[in-house]
Amino acid sequence: MTRKRKRLLVVLLGLGMLAVASTLVLFAFNDNLVFFMSPSDLAAKGAPETRRLRLGGLVEAGSVARQADGRTIDFRVTDGNSAVPVVFSGVLPDLFREGQGVVVEGALAKSGVFKADTVLAKHDERYMPPEVADALKKAGHWQGEHPAAATAAQAKP
Amino acid sequence: MIAELGHFALALALVLAIVQAVVPLYGASRGEPALMALAGSTAIAQFALVALAFAALAHAYVTSDFSLATVAENSHSTKPLLYKITGVWSNHEGSMVLWVLILTLFGAAVAWFGTGLPPDLRARVLAVQGMIGAGFFAFILFTSNPFLRLVPAPPDGQGMNPILQDLGLAIHPPFLYLGYVGFSVSFSFAVAALIEGRVDPAWARWVRPWTLAAWCALTIGIALGSWWAYYTLGWGGWWYWDPVENASFMPWLVGTALLHSAIVVEKRDALKTWTILLAIVTFALSLIGTFLVRSGVLTSVHAFAVDPARGAFILLLLIIAIGGPLILYAVRAPSLRGGGLFAPISREGALVLNNLLLATGAATVFIGTLYPLFLDAMGGDKVSVGFPFFNRTFVPLMVPLLIAMPFGPLLGWKRGDLLAASQRLMFAAGAVVAVVLLVLLFASPAAVLATLGLGLAAWIGAGSLVEWSERVQLFRTPFNDTLSRARHLPRAAYGMTLAHLGVAVTVAGIAASAWESERIELVRPGQSVAIAGYDLRLDKVESVEGPNYTADRGTVTVTRHGSLVAVMQPEKRFFPVQQTPTTFTAINTDLLSDLYVVLADGDGKGAWTLRVYQKPLVPWIWLGCGVMALGGLMSLSDRRWRVGAAVRRGRAPAGAAADD
Repeated sequence: MTRKRKRLLVVLLGLGMLAVASTLVLFAFNDNLVFFMSPSDLAAKGAPETRRLRLGGLVEAGSVARQADGRTIDFRVTDGNSAVPVVFSGVLPDLFREGQGVVVEGALAKSGVFKADTVLAKHDERYMPPEVADALKKAGHWQGEHPAAATAAQAKP
Repeated sequence: MIAELGHFALALALVLAIVQAVVPLYGASRGEPALMALAGSTAIAQFALVALAFAALAHAYVTSDFSLATVAENSHSTKPLLYKITGVWSNHEGSMVLWVLILTLFGAAVAWFGTGLPPDLRARVLAVQGMIGAGFFAFILFTSNPFLRLVPAPPDGQGMNPILQDLGLAIHPPFLYLGYVGFSVSFSFAVAALIEGRVDPAWARWVRPWTLAAWCALTIGIALGSWWAYYTLGWGGWWYWDPVENASFMPWLVGTALLHSAIVVEKRDALKTWTILLAIVTFALSLIGTFLVRSGVLTSVHAFAVDPARGAFILLLLIIAIGGPLILYAVRAPSLRGGGLFAPISREGALVLNNLLLATGAATVFIGTLYPLFLDAMGGDKVSVGFPFFNRTFVPLMVPLLIAMPFGPLLGWKRGDLLAASQRLMFAAGAVVAVVLLVLLFASPAAVLATLGLGLAAWIGAGSLVEWSERVQLFRTPFNDTLSRARHLPRAAYGMTLAHLGVAVTVAGIAASAWESERIELVRPGQSVAIAGYDLRLDKVESVEGPNYTADRGTVTVTRHGSLVAVMQPEKRFFPVQQTPTTFTAINTDLLSDLYVVLADGDGKGAWTLRVYQKPLVPWIWLGCGVMALGGLMSLSDRRWRVGAAVRRGRAPAGAAADD
């Protein structure tokens, strides 16, 4: 095989690989991008059907209730204008608290309750998830300076 | 005073780095030996200066000198000594000092061990190292000065994020940086080769050990990070496809490709331009990793600071450090003559396939990691890309790579015989069938993909052993002959076998996660949780006092069929300085499976939520990474790197099966 044909073969193989990768990426993007919404967004636009979402805001004060089984928790996520009821089954992250920022991932059920399978809470007193900060700003309920140092970790059920 | 000395040492190091970036390069172009030799002295002096600065910073942490801003923000007088020391690098400023410490360490190592290098190549490599150093010293001094004083000094510090107070995490950054920054050496060699316009097997033999060393460190660093996440975050996961994890994973993928393509340059004098490109891209991805983690565009445990000036500075560094070499590459690469020809079915061909799949895999991770940032920057929707995306893009690309893996080493250079290789792999195919049958017999058959995953692990593992037995002529010559062959096989050959076995072990660990079980139950002391044949009884929950925290400690007695297995003590800790609760999981492992117990919230009426996992084979994930790194180290200890490496070597004696 000549040098040219060898090079052509490698280039073709490379292009083929790229095509496969692009196809995989496009299909995966189509189904697996998770959009972020605030409670106001949800109230205004509704949720795309059967689509996974991230919902961010503050845990409404006084809304957290633990069901008798010890693992199912109901609470509400609010941005000051609207609030969405959330149900989550599992262990909450260490820093989940009423009045604090939270991002939940899951899907909106027909009943209007957001069924979360992942709860992300800040892992530092000074930290506010940037999406939540933006959502609060948009809703006009942002107060307090942006944190100087941000550290967060995620937690799952 | 000591802090000011440290600051001055850093400034001096910046000046030296600029000198090192300019003078030896000029010397090499003019053929002035004295100017070229300067690079060695400046590289070693730089290392000494940065070591001094690092020691000064460490001194401030250990003595709790809260007049320094970073110490006040990130430390506290009640913190245990160990975490005062590791606290040096668990914040932005300190971690950048660690970054340059390792960079100059590598620079000094090249100067020290590189005395056998052609003097102009050594001068140019060190000059490029000087340029990288200059950029990062400037970054530290102008945007992240670790020696900034606070007036007046606060009485005590604000403390360190409790989840970072952990031994595994304490040693994770140094290893990760050894990997990231270690790739700067291959990068410098690549840029130097482009400046010279010459790449030959001797060049590849110089580059490979540095790449190998960096790769080993990065492998360990990533494994430590994953292990830390597993036992600290308290929900049993070990890899989240979090952008910060991806930031370290991308250089690892491309670095792995580089490791393999450098073999082709060394043995066959082919794939030169591609190898150069990989060396540039690997370090570029390390820099992008640093950018992602340090600029604050990502928010996670790692993003210490949100400061636009730093982000802009790193972005500028990135553009220069990646754009410059790529332009140089575009100009010079066409003039690098390709070497040996090979057929598509050959060892070279297999290594090309390996490279293409690894590079494409890295590209999908890159897209998944950066697309949300890109979309956000363009003012589009806020999105996140998680598990499902990577499972459907990255995994399908890795499967053919892993299937093809045992074939590569069995194919000959230039022209291989696929049929003969397949025949030799019959034993491996048998191992796959055996493993799949065993799984079907003993485990839940519903997990089809996981069963195939275990089969794949068996394929890779048995395939590596087949390759080794081919080399030593196992069962085909008298046993003594085999033994003698096994003794004389080069260490690099054992390195490859070990590293590939490590991949098999890790793949098995990942696949087996399909069979894990989880229970979350509210129990009172005396009550039990049953999981996978184990019985976990919560005996009591008591308050205990730690050095800088208080904790509720549960005592859980584990029995299996009535006989005692272990007593586990998970804790829920509370750090008063930061007003932060953390989870301290209890893990009991027998290396075949883990029992993982988390003490979650109490209901205030004497009952506690226990979260329990039983995870088969999960320790194998990190064990495999350890074996991979061990393989790398084994290969690194091969005598050919030490003996006459600068001299072109003839073929080794036939008995030693020269190629690897």
